[in-house]
Amino acid sequence: MCGARMNDQEQQPRREARVEPVSTARGLGQGRDHHWGEFLVENAIRVLGFSAIGFVVLIFLFLLQEGLPTFFRVELPILFGQRWYPTFDLYGTMPLILGSVLVTIVAIAIALPLGVATAVFVREVAPNWAREILKPMIETLAGIPSVVLGFFGMTIVAPLVRDVLGAPTGLTAFTGALLLAYMSLPTIISVAEDALDAVPKSYRDAGLAMGATRWQTIWRVVVPAARSGIITAIMLGMGRAIGETMAVMMVTGNAARMPVTADSLFRPVRTMTATIAAEMGEVARGSTHYHVLFGVGIILFVLTFMINLAAASVIFQKRRRGGLR
Amino acid sequence: MVEQPKIHLEHVGFTYNATSATTGAEPVEALKDVTLSIPPHAITVIFGPSGGGKTTLLRLINRLNDMLSGTRRTGQVLLDGQDIYAHDVSVVELRRRVGMVFSLPLPIPGTVRHNVTYGLQLAGMRDQTVLDNALVRSLQQAALWDEVKDRLDDPATALSGGQQQRLCIARSLALEPDVLLLDEPTSGLDPISTAKVEHSLMELKKHYTIVIVPHSVQQGARVADYAAFFLMGELMEAGPGRQVFINPKNKRTEDYITGRFG
Repeated sequence: MCGARMNDQEQQPRREARVEPVSTARGLGQGRDHHWGEFLVENAIRVLGFSAIGFVVLIFLFLLQEGLPTFFRVELPILFGQRWYPTFDLYGTMPLILGSVLVTIVAIAIALPLGVATAVFVREVAPNWAREILKPMIETLAGIPSVVLGFFGMTIVAPLVRDVLGAPTGLTAFTGALLLAYMSLPTIISVAEDALDAVPKSYRDAGLAMGATRWQTIWRVVVPAARSGIITAIMLGMGRAIGETMAVMMVTGNAARMPVTADSLFRPVRTMTATIAAEMGEVARGSTHYHVLFGVGIILFVLTFMINLAAASVIFQKRRRGGLR
Repeated sequence: MVEQPKIHLEHVGFTYNATSATTGAEPVEALKDVTLSIPPHAITVIFGPSGGGKTTLLRLINRLNDMLSGTRRTGQVLLDGQDIYAHDVSVVELRRRVGMVFSLPLPIPGTVRHNVTYGLQLAGMRDQTVLDNALVRSLQQAALWDEVKDRLDDPATALSGGQQQRLCIARSLALEPDVLLLDEPTSGLDPISTAKVEHSLMELKKHYTIVIVPHSVQQGARVADYAAFFLMGELMEAGPGRQVFINPKNKRTEDYITGRFG
């Protein structure tokens, strides 16, 4: 009944407005102007929307155009070799790839338990007032510029790593992984927290009602229900970690050394991103070195793409097997 | 009633947002001074218009409202004469004795088998034979066994809505509770599934004490051994189902049953 009355009130002025244009000749002209505006806005939005896609395609094409020659100019055994000495025409990217992989995996290994535990705490355990404080604080963390974190890493974390772990230098893969873990934490926490938040309250009730403790309900019912969201969180965090440049360049020592020995974690490494950033400024345009750096960019892109693909397939699989839900 | 009631509510009141200073929300008095006895091995129907406190009442009986902040509870809830809100009562033990089925069929993530045996596993049961027996027994009691006996290791979410709801009933039954609380268990189901659930309730009442909030007056009338009518948090009328539904003493009960308001 209430709804019907409100409709009446809404329709009253509209009916008057409709009557007016018909009674005067001006009404039709106005209508056409209106159509013109509509046409412009609609197409402007369309152009803007497509141009965003267009730019992404162009960037991708540029990357391919500049990077693909690498794979013809440099023999593949050398390109995937173990020695990166551009001055001697040795473009072995393996130390860089493994460097990135090592730093990323260790970073995620640190950030994953911390991030998921924090998300569970913020969403499931913390009282309301604490949640109100914690959430904005975590989101602020994401806004710290990476160069600031890099500076913090150089002056505080690196000496600490050197002194505590007794490494010859504090600029190690581990230092980079620590910083990257810290940088991917806000992403992991907020996405995982959203995923937990999306789990219906009735799941918690259902868990409790069958005699589970609060902890059992969280860990065995709520977290599995949020599984796909948590996996997305991890993948996004990984994407952030593998693509991060500045902080990593500042604290990993940048020695293009194969991280294959047992102590590699506590020795300097060089990542793909740091290599591109450090060398691109000094390279002759069109030289082999120039193209190889773009080639490294392609490898990096393929790696990130595979991570995203893996994430998508996990989520897709879940959805397909989930039947109706 | 000659028998001792299974559950007895003594002057129970319940208010949400009772400490409204922190949230700013208005206090809502969901239950007002309710005194009600629920006899064993029978189906007690709790019915009335929405907002009447029916769900609150069910959730009080297995202490699911404990987790909410800012609520106030008065009175006593006795299970077999024991105050379930006493300090020495284990909430987890209580919930194993008082199972609950919700209006939405919500299987927990995992297979059909996992859903049924999980409660027992939580309770510390590791013996596979016992788990398997409980699986078969509770699925049979919930009238689901024939439909899922070849799909025990499929994800529970792949079952139909009606099957999922009966799975949730089976999940509660696996713990062999004394009391089964059902909150509109058939609200999302088609008539055939509803009939199956109602039929299994008739079997179940031989072993369990059942308290159900039906999703319609008709359903209430079909299954009730005893019935209690709630309006705006107050208990209007309670008695044998036949009497409440056919010959109500309270005018408002009669108005509600005959569809004069709802």
